[in-house]
Amino acid sequence: MMETAEAVPGTAERDFGGVDGAALVAGLQAILPAASVLFDPEDLRPYECDGLAAYRQLPRVVVLPESEPQVVAILRLCRRMGVPVVARGAGTGLSGGALPHPQGVLLSLARFKRILKVDPLSRTAVVQPGVRNAAISEAAAPHGLYYAPDPSSQIACTIGGNVAENSGGVHCLKYGLTVHNLLRVRGVSIDGEVVEFGSEALDAPGYDLLALVTGSEGMLAVVTEVTVRLVPKPQLARCVMASFDDVVQAGEAVAAVIAAGIIPAGLEMMDQPATAAVEEFVHAGYDLSAAAILLCESDGTPEEVAEEIARVRAVLEQAGARDIRVSRDEAERLKFWAGRKAAFPAAGRISADYYCMDGTIPRKRLGEMLQAIQAMERKYGLRCINVFHAGDGNLHPLILFDANVPGELHRAEEFGAEILELSVALGGTITGEHGVGVEKINQMCSQFGEAERVMFFRVKAAFDPEGLLNPGKAIPTLHRCAEYGRMRVSGGQMPHPDLPRF
Amino acid sequence: MGRGMDKVIANWADQVRAAAADGRALLPRGGGTKDFLGRQCAAPPLDTRAWRGVVSYEPTELVVTVRAGTPLAELEAVVADAGQTLAFEPPHFGADATVGGAVAAGLSGPRRLAAGPLRDYVLGVRMMDGRGQILRFGGEVMKNVAGYDLPRLLTGSLGTLGLILDVSLKVLPRPVAEATLRFEMSEADGLARVNAWGGQALPISATAWEGGVLHLRLSGAAAAVSSACQRLGGERVEDGEAATLWAALREQTAPYFQQDKPLWRLALPTTAPALALGPQLVEWGGGQRWLVSDASAEAIRGAVAAQGGHATLFRGGDRAGAVFTPLAPALLGLHQRLKQAFDPAGVFSPGRMYPEF
Repeated sequence: MMETAEAVPGTAERDFGGVDGAALVAGLQAILPAASVLFDPEDLRPYECDGLAAYRQLPRVVVLPESEPQVVAILRLCRRMGVPVVARGAGTGLSGGALPHPQGVLLSLARFKRILKVDPLSRTAVVQPGVRNAAISEAAAPHGLYYAPDPSSQIACTIGGNVAENSGGVHCLKYGLTVHNLLRVRGVSIDGEVVEFGSEALDAPGYDLLALVTGSEGMLAVVTEVTVRLVPKPQLARCVMASFDDVVQAGEAVAAVIAAGIIPAGLEMMDQPATAAVEEFVHAGYDLSAAAILLCESDGTPEEVAEEIARVRAVLEQAGARDIRVSRDEAERLKFWAGRKAAFPAAGRISADYYCMDGTIPRKRLGEMLQAIQAMERKYGLRCINVFHAGDGNLHPLILFDANVPGELHRAEEFGAEILELSVALGGTITGEHGVGVEKINQMCSQFGEAERVMFFRVKAAFDPEGLLNPGKAIPTLHRCAEYGRMRVSGGQMPHPDLPRF
Repeated sequence: MGRGMDKVIANWADQVRAAAADGRALLPRGGGTKDFLGRQCAAPPLDTRAWRGVVSYEPTELVVTVRAGTPLAELEAVVADAGQTLAFEPPHFGADATVGGAVAAGLSGPRRLAAGPLRDYVLGVRMMDGRGQILRFGGEVMKNVAGYDLPRLLTGSLGTLGLILDVSLKVLPRPVAEATLRFEMSEADGLARVNAWGGQALPISATAWEGGVLHLRLSGAAAAVSSACQRLGGERVEDGEAATLWAALREQTAPYFQQDKPLWRLALPTTAPALALGPQLVEWGGGQRWLVSDASAEAIRGAVAAQGGHATLFRGGDRAGAVFTPLAPALLGLHQRLKQAFDPAGVFSPGRMYPEF
């Protein structure tokens, strides 16, 4: 007999309504100084959402520990009382992974902000989870080293959050994601046990729990210390900017670069609405008549860069680029990138609100996806500007809407959901680097079958049998997927599209 | 997928369910080239070689999906035809090595220093768990954070969590140019030099120190390799000889590995000093050191642990004992519960990794 799914912990929604809030606060106050336990609604307000501001929720209580023993004691208390715990770094995440639980503790790691060690010889840094991503590279810079993963929020986001989300960035085609740049993560389990995943050596005995914990969205453990790998700063970087008359042709040019055996340091694409939106804002000198532009960066020694740029130029010419410019100096390179990096703020400037998607698809389907998105713009009556990490097929369509116009948020969500469903249908995934969180939890029902989702719950239960760490995120319950399956009908048309839904 | 192939998997699912029901074990096994790894496991083998072939390969996507029973050499030939390579240089340890076996063993070769380990290249798997269920995790794209990273959990799990059916691997272009340099220096000097070079923008793709000689391989753009050769000095090793040298290291056919004593693999921080445990062969910029020694596990593990590393009894010695460094209690508990999640009846390769599961 097969075991029934109901027997697996976590597969059904849990009710935490029975938590005694006063006893919880008293228990936390016994662990932490009074100023580190916040429960006044006014003090809780800054924690009500992360970078996905469409979802807001006040936690029961916020705690601000500053030592690992305090984290251990907090988690033990929560385990004993059956209280949900949501860990939070800088709160820049885009999928609602740090959205508080109404009955739970919001565990901020903001005070864990010490860089414990930068060792230039072993090219590693040991840092606390609240250290900002960019601060690691700043600390390593005097040694000619840096930390490679560079999510767009890198001046604010913290390494603990990067570990939880397995964050990427514009350079991960060549330099990898967070998981490829970690040696060791030290964390605390919900039982209050301190566990080391990975090691200071290049690997660790047993299963690769470092890879499992990376990107686990705060569902398996709370991170208290991280050892990252540092890499030498390239001597030189130059950027090629190419214009195309057609988005499909630009997509094919991306494939042609890869086919030529080139792995650029960055390979980004922007469509015409995106270049138009940012050009006005940053004056990067983009070709506004082009249907799409590609930015292709080469880094390394001066000889290496010269050799690669020549090859890239030849491939792009062959692929039908209408115009090709190569950055002549560092200032011009940064100018080329300024527009790409300003895409999100530019969207915020031309539209009251925007909704950023994160699907990844096989590169060869880029043109198809862009055409489908154009059709969706008409269907939902909303504009969408497209920026892509084209080199690894990771799309960031920005759907523009105004939350104050009734129905627009809902249409934006439907639009986004359809892009994600299409990403899955094209052989890709619903999230390349932002995580599932609460935002994409329904689409997990399309990405994975029930047997896979049950296995995720089994894995979760191996770490957290009571399901207290970040409940309701990342992995949808079987009930939710059943509901979602009933709600969806073919073609993505919702029944009764005008009815409010919660 | 053909009918006949469907049958192969259906038959395996029946075998797994029957074994689970009867409390019997099975040992997923390809060509048997890595039988020597891990702890001994007497379970009857489940031969994966009927499940073979490349499922899909598009060089411009940098991804190949392949059935687990496919010979590793066949996969390497397919990607080489497109000018690409498995950058982690998996050791074969024999002509019959399969892709599934390479992933289950999780071993990487000399290029791991620059390219990262095999697990970095595993993008997706289709697997059978201990209930005979077929599950698919990850995918065929480079960036994917939907769900827990179970493909990488399976990598290196020595067949203890399930039967790998298909695996999607990232592939990379073959380097345009390569050169190997030879230097004479002590182990301490070699360690200091490779660590210092590691902090500079140099295209070093492999290092090997043994018996007073350091070999360095450079890989990348032609201009970068030639300028690095000039900068680093040393003696240029002729290309054919260099290829033989790195292959002998990857496949452990070099003379160092032919000694009649247990072979230990020491994984250490690259900057750990030379350890006084006897003559060693040092790879990966100091991160992987091979030791042929009769010394006790306690003596070896003690010296390695003091430097923040761990030691594996790689070949020979007592295969029923603690082949891998014992896990701290909290970690062991996690391993046991993960094993339970994937394989509740303990069908797959019991005891191959640790005696407790």
